[in-house]
Amino acid sequence: MGYSGLRLIKEALTGHKGWGPQWRDASPQDAYDYVIIGGGGHGLATAYYLAKEFGGARIAVLEKGWIGGGNVGRNTTIIRSNYLLDGNEPFYEFSLKLWEGLEQDLNYNAMVSQRGILNLVHSDAQRDAARRRGNAMILNGSDAELLDVDGVRKMYPFLNFDNARFPIKGGLLHRRGGTVRHDAVAWGYARGADRRGVDIIQNCEVTGFRIEGGRVLGVETSRGYIKAGKVGVSVAGSSSRVMAQAGMRLPIESHVLQAFVSEGLKPFIPGVITYGAGHFYCSQSDKGGLVFGGDIDGYNSYAQRSNLPVVEDVIESGMSLIPGLGRARLLRGWGGIMDMSMDGSPYIDKTHIEGLYFNGGWCYGGFKATPAAGYCFAHLLKTDRPHDTAKAYRLDRFMTGHMIDEKGMGPQPNLH
Amino acid sequence: MIINHPLLGPRDAQEFTYLGDAALINRPDWTSENALREFHDYLHLRDNPAGEHRELWFHEQGDRSWLVVTRNTVTHEISKVELACDVARASGRSTGRDEGQVA
Ligand SMILES: Cc1cc2nc3c(=O)[nH]c(=O)nc-3n(C[C@H](O)[C@H](O)[C@H](O)COP(=O)(O)OP(=O)(O)OC[C@H]3O[C@@H](n4cnc5c(N)ncnc54)[C@H](O)[C@@H]3O)c2cc1C
Repeated sequence: MGYSGLRLIKEALTGHKGWGPQWRDASPQDAYDYVIIGGGGHGLATAYYLAKEFGGARIAVLEKGWIGGGNVGRNTTIIRSNYLLDGNEPFYEFSLKLWEGLEQDLNYNAMVSQRGILNLVHSDAQRDAARRRGNAMILNGSDAELLDVDGVRKMYPFLNFDNARFPIKGGLLHRRGGTVRHDAVAWGYARGADRRGVDIIQNCEVTGFRIEGGRVLGVETSRGYIKAGKVGVSVAGSSSRVMAQAGMRLPIESHVLQAFVSEGLKPFIPGVITYGAGHFYCSQSDKGGLVFGGDIDGYNSYAQRSNLPVVEDVIESGMSLIPGLGRARLLRGWGGIMDMSMDGSPYIDKTHIEGLYFNGGWCYGGFKATPAAGYCFAHLLKTDRPHDTAKAYRLDRFMTGHMIDEKGMGPQPNLH
Repeated sequence: MIINHPLLGPRDAQEFTYLGDAALINRPDWTSENALREFHDYLHLRDNPAGEHRELWFHEQGDRSWLVVTRNTVTHEISKVELACDVARASGRSTGRDEGQVA
């Protein structure tokens, strides 16, 4: 049954007895046409678009824990289309357009809030780089405005403008960027997929692939063997572990990224601010908590937990940008495992094993990509051809010299 | 994290920078037939295990030596710390001097 204002009133008057679960608790069938591994945002979106746009037949999403327990429920919820390079920007612009219509499409309140993202600049060189990136964004149909100091002051008067070392010189404002309620994205896609017949199977860990003659036949799971026509892997931080079961080594390292939330405060940060001189970015949730984060810890890790040195680093950077932050109390911090790629950009590609497809390497930026990654991965699974906006995301791009390195860091994942 | 430096004793991991998998010591031979493929794999592909991992750390804010740290990527427990030059020599890689000179 659909959600609407009318329905809410009706349920309120009848004791909220008619809501019911949002998706079935499905048990695995013997065989599916498509098996998607990983019930994060990407896996669920892939199943949804496969069923809705590409007429996929029998589809299952296999999740080892519960859906939304991975990075889709751990990120800082920022969505944006403000990349520089041709391989990236059309894809992220496609994603932002999908976000703009998502709630109507899913009939689900995901609290998509285009509250604007401001990237601060602190030097002439940074301003030049921001201007160049802004132009690239506009060329690709996105929006960008270069603000001078007064423009920034009007929006955020409480920032530390005259820091002797890193004065604020302006910023690149991307008004259509913003935040989205991350859990609701997982739930909305799950409900949408379920309503189109997708089986969402939780507590079902994939433990191996059955591969014969270079073709994948199915997957071994903690709930038995499941035959599959095609298998799409979308497991974020676990990418290397899962693909190792198919004998593949990936251009990926797993690293922990942390985030933090303060106690609830009166609204004072209307948008998202990113610091150009330190590892810090911040927004304020609708409940009033400041949501902020910084850099990855910098060494391989599968420990989904917070770690003190980075807490110190993030909060020092935060204080140097927003001195008032020191008055707020920290409520909690957590970590998620990032699939850091070799050039900071993702992969949506076939593998050399027929019927086995891979989506991963999203680093710390895959939440904003959720709708487009799901759409493009579904497109690839169905048609065996990359979607137009995702054709640069090849697994063999380091061999052919087509890396997509936004920051120009080289193959060093902890620097992206 | 505390890294027990073989020469300097226990040091805070904050004094170090991290490079990655210690397999990076084993640079391929550029004269080999398959050098292109080997360098591609060396530079870009990783085992990335959940569990024991041998990795290169640089004591940037200390004695500037390279270490091979054996660390569990799930628990962050460190079980072994060696000087990278010892590891490299033990695996038959000298520092460019001829074999006879390597002590
Ligand atoms: C602290 C933090 C902040 C972030 N901030 C942002 C941000 O502001 N903006 C942004 O765009 N991105 C952000 N990201 C990145 C973003 O969250 C991820 O790139 C994205 O969520 C990854 O895709 P996913 O949702 O499918 O991953 P996940 O939700 O991690 O889904 C993968 C799923 O696969 C499952 N799985 C793993 N192994 C198996 C197996 N063997 N069998 C079955 N299932 C398995 C896992 O349990 C998991 O549920 C952030 C991440 C973190 C941790």
